[in-house]
Amino acid sequence: MPRLARIVLARLAGSLPVLLIVLVGVFLLLDRAGGDAVDAYLLSMGGGDAQMAAALRTEYGLDGPAWKRLAFTLGQYARGDLGWSLALNRPIGALIAERLPNTLWLMGSATALSFLLGSGLGVLAGRRPGSLPDRLLSGGSLMLYSIPSFWLGLVLAIVFAVQLRWLPVSGIETIASGKTGLARAADIARHLVLPVAALGMIYLALFLRIMRAGMAEAWNEDYTLAARARGLSDWRITLSHAARNALLPLVTMLGLQSAAMLGGSVVIESVFAIPGFGRLAQEAVAGRDAPLLLAVILTSALMVVIANLLVDLAYGWLDPRVGAGGRRSRG
Amino acid sequence: MLATISRRGVLTGTAALLGSTALPRRARAAAPGGRLIVAADSEPRQLNPAIVASNGVFFITSKVIEPLAEASYGPGGLRPLLATGWEGSEDGHSVTFTLREGVLWHDGTPFSSADVAFSAMEVWKPLQNIGRALFANLEAVETPDALTAIFRFSQPMPLQLIANALPVVSSVLPKHLYEGTDIATNPTNAAPIGTGPFRWGAHRPGEYYLLRGNDSYWDKGLPLLDEIVYRVLPDRAAAASSLEAGEVHLAAFSAVPLSDLDRIARVPGLEVVTKGYEALTYQLTIEINHRTEALSKLKVRQAIAHAIDRDFVLKTIFLGYAEAATGPVPANDPTFYTPDVATYPFDIATARALLDEAGYPEGPDGTRLRLRLLPAPYFSETRQFGDYLRQALAAIGIDARIEPHDAAGHIRAVYTDHAFDLAIAPTVFRADPAISTTILLRSGMPPGVPFSNQGGYADAGIDAVIDEALVTLDPAARVALYRKLQRLVAADLPIINVADWSFTSVVSDRVTGIATNPRWVVSNWADTGLSQ
Repeated sequence: MPRLARIVLARLAGSLPVLLIVLVGVFLLLDRAGGDAVDAYLLSMGGGDAQMAAALRTEYGLDGPAWKRLAFTLGQYARGDLGWSLALNRPIGALIAERLPNTLWLMGSATALSFLLGSGLGVLAGRRPGSLPDRLLSGGSLMLYSIPSFWLGLVLAIVFAVQLRWLPVSGIETIASGKTGLARAADIARHLVLPVAALGMIYLALFLRIMRAGMAEAWNEDYTLAARARGLSDWRITLSHAARNALLPLVTMLGLQSAAMLGGSVVIESVFAIPGFGRLAQEAVAGRDAPLLLAVILTSALMVVIANLLVDLAYGWLDPRVGAGGRRSRG
Repeated sequence: MLATISRRGVLTGTAALLGSTALPRRARAAAPGGRLIVAADSEPRQLNPAIVASNGVFFITSKVIEPLAEASYGPGGLRPLLATGWEGSEDGHSVTFTLREGVLWHDGTPFSSADVAFSAMEVWKPLQNIGRALFANLEAVETPDALTAIFRFSQPMPLQLIANALPVVSSVLPKHLYEGTDIATNPTNAAPIGTGPFRWGAHRPGEYYLLRGNDSYWDKGLPLLDEIVYRVLPDRAAAASSLEAGEVHLAAFSAVPLSDLDRIARVPGLEVVTKGYEALTYQLTIEINHRTEALSKLKVRQAIAHAIDRDFVLKTIFLGYAEAATGPVPANDPTFYTPDVATYPFDIATARALLDEAGYPEGPDGTRLRLRLLPAPYFSETRQFGDYLRQALAAIGIDARIEPHDAAGHIRAVYTDHAFDLAIAPTVFRADPAISTTILLRSGMPPGVPFSNQGGYADAGIDAVIDEALVTLDPAARVALYRKLQRLVAADLPIINVADWSFTSVVSDRVTGIATNPRWVVSNWADTGLSQ
């Protein structure tokens, strides 16, 4: 087996106990909370009687002891079946398959935006610490970072959708427009501009500040002095020497941020009414839909594991001294 | 500041609840056709209004599946839909419905009395959340011909009650699609087929519902609209900005928070409408656990009633969009309401004196009593009133500790576990006290029945009035009994009614034919249109 595949498989297998702990923990927490999916359903119905509630509990499999329901859920997962959503009355696998792409688009675009723009501006700011561009960029990024993402989202929506009417205010695409192919892709892209900007802006600040610090530090390292002594141009030193090294902590941050980004996406999805993964989690909580919530959390945990794996692989590529397996590659 | 609030309070509060004053609107002509885009704040688990009679389900499905009759502002309060007439027998044991001729289901099958008989016997009576109680004594539905359905009851059934209940409980399902199947899981529940002015189009979960105009609707020339799109916008801020951006024409059920209404009413092209909800009135109610020793004493309940400054509640929590309640029937019900009941003016001194008399003197720290207070979390008004009540009770020496729960946890704690002393509930009045009001007062409710008397209150006098009204056929005598019930409730306070309120809509001024009946948002919208 190629080394890379071995590393990936080992890492995924290694994360299984973590996923199992997350699963059992969430299950027990949900079980301890008062009320269940039937209570939430009766609320949405505006009432019902005790026999009906009891019958529904039997039908939903909510009347057994917790360990039995947990065992049932684990058995389902083992067979590759994610179960049935009580609140939305649809198969959970289909729900996740529908909602996850929207969130991946949103998160992926926002991460790319914040990473590229943040590191680029970070290079500009870090090249001359204390200069005017640095002070402007650093100050601006701190302001951005202190803004809650939902507020930024609302402001963007009010300015660009409500006042200027340049962009759609909500949704992932025009309703029942009949668009296909490229026209549909363009439509979705238009709808994504504001939410991606709102989500990306906040993290942009973070990446900018880390890049700036890394650049400022790299600037005084021996290898940059050596490069300068060799007569390399300023930009050449900036990009291929200082920036490449300053990029390492940024990539680490990227992995850590993937979990936070998922959380931020919940908020942005609700502000911009995007039917994504975050809103699915919200609906699962509101409907006390334990099977759905478990599946959502499990998928999120898996996404974070994969993001961190990708980061580690990228780390190994950027800095060959660090092997992706956690060992030195030239041992 | 105060002056503007109170003036608006008087103006809009009155308009909201009396339903007689329409907001000034400019004359508009509807152009036929068009796509009306509506904000929907939730997606019901299933879309069968004959099983789940709730506003959330009606909001979408009432355009597709019609009941026998709809509420109206006109005399009698009813407008015929699938039934053109209804007549009760002398002894109250039967009601004869005459059905409309020439009605087709959306799949082309003719509608007939067999559909009504099937819906009543197989769906409303055994499965529907509200119909289960109302049709408990329904023995059979006879269909002597295709346009006649005779409902036979084992106990006398007041025609007034049946008529008042028709808009809510009588959604008719197509027998040919449901017969012999498991009705609760029939796939038609997810893509309803009815007789209404709109046909089912599509549902993209998390995004929208689409309904299309029915060109073979029985009311020729209607509907005016080509399409209705419900955009799923659970976030209130998203609903408000979508309205302002012109992406949504109508947000109903107070999708725009009260605190934003003033601002949004000034946006050109949008107006705030309080009409069209009279038959969906909510009441802000304090539910009392009578198992708690202190609360089983009338003087303590009276003290609590006196501790509430209703004027403050109306102006601060409801921003004027509500009226003070005097009892379990809201003032905007012209038939059953009576103001002739005991009232409890805001009076701290009296409240404190009552607590002294009841045997709860001030302790060394000024506290007389400690209570658990559970405000229902599903309305912002109930949560806010919980905070207010805590302060109001502190002023008379009652330490009410708020125990917050999420929606499911609240339902469980109050209605199944009875783990509360006081709870704040948004109870609903549905056109007739027998439908959803007496369940709050009648003794003997088993645990686990949401929105019923779970405080364990039991009073033989009140039970007797409720039971007598259920079998009283004469409308005038029924009304008299329910007025007596209001007096008894106000005197003994099994629950404390604080305010009557309803919803608001924010509507684009292009939309015509709005608020044309007292259940407008959950009616069929056949005559709703869009001007160009």
